[in-house]
Amino acid sequence: MAAIEQREAASGRPISGSGLSMRTKRLLWVWSFLAVPILFYTIIRFYPTFQAFYLSLTNWDLVRPPKLVWFANYIKLYKDPQFWKVFRNTFLYLIVGTPISLVLAFAIAYFLDRVRFMHNFIRALYFLPFLTTAAAMAWVWRWFYQPPPIGIINDVLALIGIPQQPFIRSTNQALYSIMVTAIWAGLGFQIIIFMAGLRAIPNTFYEAARIDGLGEWAILRKITLPLLKPTTVFLVVFSSIGFLRIFDQVYNMTTNDPGGPLGSTKPLVLMIYQTAFNSYAMGYAAAQTVVLFTILLIVSLLQLFILREKK
Amino acid sequence: MRKAALFAGLLAGFSTFAVNAAQAVEIEYWQYVFDTRVKAMDQLIAEFQKANPGITVKQVTFPYADYQTRVIAANMAGNAPDVMQLFYGWLDKFVAGGLLQPLPKDAFPHDKIEKDFFPIVTAMKRDGEYYGLPTAVRSLALFYNKKLFTEAGLDPNNPPKTLDEYVAAGQKIAKLDGAGNIVVAGSTVDMGGQDHQWWREVLIRQFGGTPYTDNDTKVAYNSEAGLKALNFYTSLQLEKKIGKAGFMDEGQAAFRGGKAGMTIDGTFRLGSFKTIKDFEWGVTELPANAQGVRSNYASYFANGISAKTKGEELEASKKFLAYITSPAAMDIWLKTVGELPALRSAALTEANLKDPIYAPFLKGLEYAHTTLFKDELGQRQNAIDMVNRVLLEGQSTKDSLAQAAEAEQEMIDAAKP
Repeated sequence: MAAIEQREAASGRPISGSGLSMRTKRLLWVWSFLAVPILFYTIIRFYPTFQAFYLSLTNWDLVRPPKLVWFANYIKLYKDPQFWKVFRNTFLYLIVGTPISLVLAFAIAYFLDRVRFMHNFIRALYFLPFLTTAAAMAWVWRWFYQPPPIGIINDVLALIGIPQQPFIRSTNQALYSIMVTAIWAGLGFQIIIFMAGLRAIPNTFYEAARIDGLGEWAILRKITLPLLKPTTVFLVVFSSIGFLRIFDQVYNMTTNDPGGPLGSTKPLVLMIYQTAFNSYAMGYAAAQTVVLFTILLIVSLLQLFILREKK
Repeated sequence: MRKAALFAGLLAGFSTFAVNAAQAVEIEYWQYVFDTRVKAMDQLIAEFQKANPGITVKQVTFPYADYQTRVIAANMAGNAPDVMQLFYGWLDKFVAGGLLQPLPKDAFPHDKIEKDFFPIVTAMKRDGEYYGLPTAVRSLALFYNKKLFTEAGLDPNNPPKTLDEYVAAGQKIAKLDGAGNIVVAGSTVDMGGQDHQWWREVLIRQFGGTPYTDNDTKVAYNSEAGLKALNFYTSLQLEKKIGKAGFMDEGQAAFRGGKAGMTIDGTFRLGSFKTIKDFEWGVTELPANAQGVRSNYASYFANGISAKTKGEELEASKKFLAYITSPAAMDIWLKTVGELPALRSAALTEANLKDPIYAPFLKGLEYAHTTLFKDELGQRQNAIDMVNRVLLEGQSTKDSLAQAAEAEQEMIDAAKP
């Protein structure tokens, strides 16, 4: 807006015949264009969001009109042992998944940046999983993880004499097995972003550092990482939200026993889905959604605060 | 001028109304997408329209995962279908939500329903009213791989008749590699498939118990019989090693792939198994216990009439429902979909009883039970978890059973309207 006003003042054109000043007219135009996305957003995003807050206070089951039950859903959630298990799973995906995927992506980007030989080809290979449908990938990995005689990973383990692993059939390994596929799927995107960030750092800094006799490690610590901070912040937030909302991989890799075995892989989003569309407890599902929303909000704000630019 | 126009408009409106009434009624029929079911229904609609020139039926389908939500949402929005298909287990919810009307007694007298249909149809009865009738029903049977039977030195024309024979055959077929991994399963162990129904309605009864009481609202399997049934089931993997949960991902996949000697599955699997080319398979009744007690689990999709349908649409819907639950329609359904007729007279024909594939399923219908699920997926999940606690976490069958019974009771109580 300020830009328009300034330009307006500078041009100082005369008032046109319709009685409205040029400036008002322009403002009208700008706002009528802006109104479309704003209206769209209000109807598609904000209205359902507020509706969800309201629904979380009701016992709506889809067939009967919703009745206000106030905080009964939240109390039920607090007492539900399954919720706490799911809560733990969700944070495991986040706390283990995000750092591993970022460190891995950075390491690959850092070294790939120096590789000239088949650079584009290798980069494309890393990016490929990001382009593939999550459902298709999940099924491929699901078959990789099978016990003998059909699972490839177990076949390889057998070749090198390591005992067979149950992977997604185990309550201890299943979550990490699925996390690996999620990390792998998101890696390509993170590498590309990291590489763009690395390229944006002016070469002169490195030249100066080398002339001053700094080692590679010191350059990495003192120049690369600090200057890469905006990229890192973006990826941390982006990847955290991704892990907090994980669903496709889990659902597709455990379709017969969704989120199983014994709920050991179930994330919050899958629980919401089941509550809403298997049990049709819409009010209860809305309460879970509000909790997820709050977690996402807190985690994102916290990360922005911790990784903020110190001036 | 204005008056004349108004009059003309009124006249035009009135005349189209009158013509419509005399000519055609359109009713809508909803079911979920499943290729053969949609084809069979197209055929039934064509036959019905030929016999009833004044009525057109429009078939609308939705993916299974969306189906319930669509029906409920459409009902709220006031454009529900006139005749709809529903799983028997959804009835409580649909009735509570006011989606269905009781079947008019003039067209569907109760004594006739109870005389002609298989007894499992009573699952569609609430407070003395029927809310729907099935075209076809499904039951379970034991599929077996004749090639693996022959290889194991078993008679491929004499499949197991009792649980002991079933276990013995499984042990002969099962093959382990040097590291103790199953290479060929004697029988599949897959609670996520049909095994939870087998355990609930068949094994518990064969070990002398009942899964539920009070119209399936009280969990009764935390008993000695329930424990014996669970011990038997988990021992298939843990002691007898005839199968392993998760082997080849799914039981049906293992059987299809020729890597399992036996599997328990339903009529709905026939279509998929009929395309198997690598080996011959057979079907037999679910094994009896040592005393000869048999049981089975039957289920079905029924067709009901929307609560909002009235007047001539209701008359047309009654006619359509009567047609799709007639022997002629059931015959078409059996040939196209492979599901068994719900009417005794249409099912128990000489030709069907001689059919080596249909006969075991049909015999099963005579003594089948139908669980009145309150939360079908939740109760299934509960049974899966009960077995997984034993197989994966080493919990004792006694504790796992008690935990499952308590959790399921809570689930049933929570679903009460």
